[in-house]
Amino acid sequence: MALRTEELMLNMGPQHPSTHGVLRLVVTLDGENIVEVLPDIGYLHSSVEKMMEYRTYLQNVALTDRGMDYLTAMANEEGYLLAVERLGGIAVPPRARWLRTIMLEFQRLSSHLVWLGTWGIDLGATTVFLYCFRERERILDLFEQVTGGRLHHVYFRPGGVYEDLPAGWTDRALAFCDEFPGRLQEYHDLLTGNPIFLARVQGVGVLPRQSAIDMGACGPVARASGINFDVRKVFPYEAYGEIDFDVPVYEAGDCFSRYMVRMDEMRQSVRIIRMAIERLPAGEIRSKVQVNVKLPRGEVYSRSESPRGDLGVYLVSDGKDMPYRVKIRAPSFANLFALTEMMRGWKVADVIAILGSVDIVLSDVDR
Amino acid sequence: MPNQPQDPIPSRMAPIEMAVDVLENLPGGGVILSKVEYLLNWGRAASLWPLTFGLACCAIEMMAAFAGRFDLDRIGVIPRATPRQADLMIVAGRCTIKMAPIVRRLWEQMPEPKYVISMGSCATCGGPFYYDNYSILKGIDQVVPVDVYVPGCPPRPEALIEGILKLQEKIKVEPFRRKAAAAASAQRA
Repeated sequence: MALRTEELMLNMGPQHPSTHGVLRLVVTLDGENIVEVLPDIGYLHSSVEKMMEYRTYLQNVALTDRGMDYLTAMANEEGYLLAVERLGGIAVPPRARWLRTIMLEFQRLSSHLVWLGTWGIDLGATTVFLYCFRERERILDLFEQVTGGRLHHVYFRPGGVYEDLPAGWTDRALAFCDEFPGRLQEYHDLLTGNPIFLARVQGVGVLPRQSAIDMGACGPVARASGINFDVRKVFPYEAYGEIDFDVPVYEAGDCFSRYMVRMDEMRQSVRIIRMAIERLPAGEIRSKVQVNVKLPRGEVYSRSESPRGDLGVYLVSDGKDMPYRVKIRAPSFANLFALTEMMRGWKVADVIAILGSVDIVLSDVDR
Repeated sequence: MPNQPQDPIPSRMAPIEMAVDVLENLPGGGVILSKVEYLLNWGRAASLWPLTFGLACCAIEMMAAFAGRFDLDRIGVIPRATPRQADLMIVAGRCTIKMAPIVRRLWEQMPEPKYVISMGSCATCGGPFYYDNYSILKGIDQVVPVDVYVPGCPPRPEALIEGILKLQEKIKVEPFRRKAAAAASAQRA
């Protein structure tokens, strides 16, 4: 005789140590099995899209740092400025383009390190967190020497970057690049060879290729489901068109694949940084753009690859010095709703493992 | 001269020798005497357990402060995952109007004595989201009482540590029954 059970509604969050911010998940359970997961968002809605309509194009750069994905401030600046520069026809000098590429890849490293550390804590491996933050502090030091900030660097400006590299910075960056692959191997030793970790992530939370396309998943989540799509390759921006790098793609679509995609991406980022520092051209770092830049009437959509995926910025200008409308297509938002597809049918203990593997930032989801 | 204060030390003894002297001459001496208040405050200040509760960007700097380089464990600050075990709430990041009742409820769930650090400009006053914004609460002190404000956007981990040290100083001199003391001083005023 089958035991008759009733469905139970479980409320996770908004304050939960593993929800990576203020996400509320309404989980419907049948015994231990997940029937349905509904994310409830909006707990960090900072109305940044509306605020941008009342600030000049230069002031908005500071808002993209804070109001969007706060782990990858410069990737947001890049997404926004791509739109501004494309609409205004603002040229970026070659040195600035390469500097931006270096910074974006360092930002990807620091973002992935936070993801790996916090996911490690979620799965009970606290050591990884300490290891990852050790390397992250080194990257933040490098950022601080260039931009003056640890987390929010208003470094990219319309038409270039704010300041040139300080003396000796490239040597320190290269020293980090030499050291980092060894550190990456340490993480692999701690996690990839750990049977407890593998038991919790391998084969768990599968997102099939077709569902990933249907749900609009992007970035490492899509690439772990076998979709070979990276904006850096398909629509190259800055210096990515001239750099040779690989896009890691895995087929299985489970948590382990998402983990491996990001681990391989970190290796590729080091490769890009090293190549970009070698080929860094001399010259101007900022083209002559007036401070209160006015864009012509029109609209533009730009896309770039933030560490979380395909970041799109749709910008409408009515000819003034402030945007008429800015719409941000946030990668975390698309990936969050792919989560419902991944979690269906798994056990309640897998919720944390799956949620962590998607790497969402709630500031990016809610904006 | 009557206005001249007399030298309180009768002989040229070092302060520690004086203390030993006093203790040994007391009946049942050799016991270190102190106020219960001092001991309790010392214990409270040296083991502040914050709630792992991050709202936005400042939470990343808070995590960095817990990690290896800054290592808040050194000063007895160990994160707890539930408000029932915590006695410090670090409000790290901007708080929306939707989130405000939840922050209040978390604060109410914490046992007394409890303290709040407002970390960053957003939690303190709304920060960069002060103007033209319909969703962010302009300061967490509208919802919960704040003991220490840490400025910055976001504050560096050093600034957070400074805030915790300031809170420790505050705890070390507070009256034992702080609620009763506050009520009494309110009555006097």
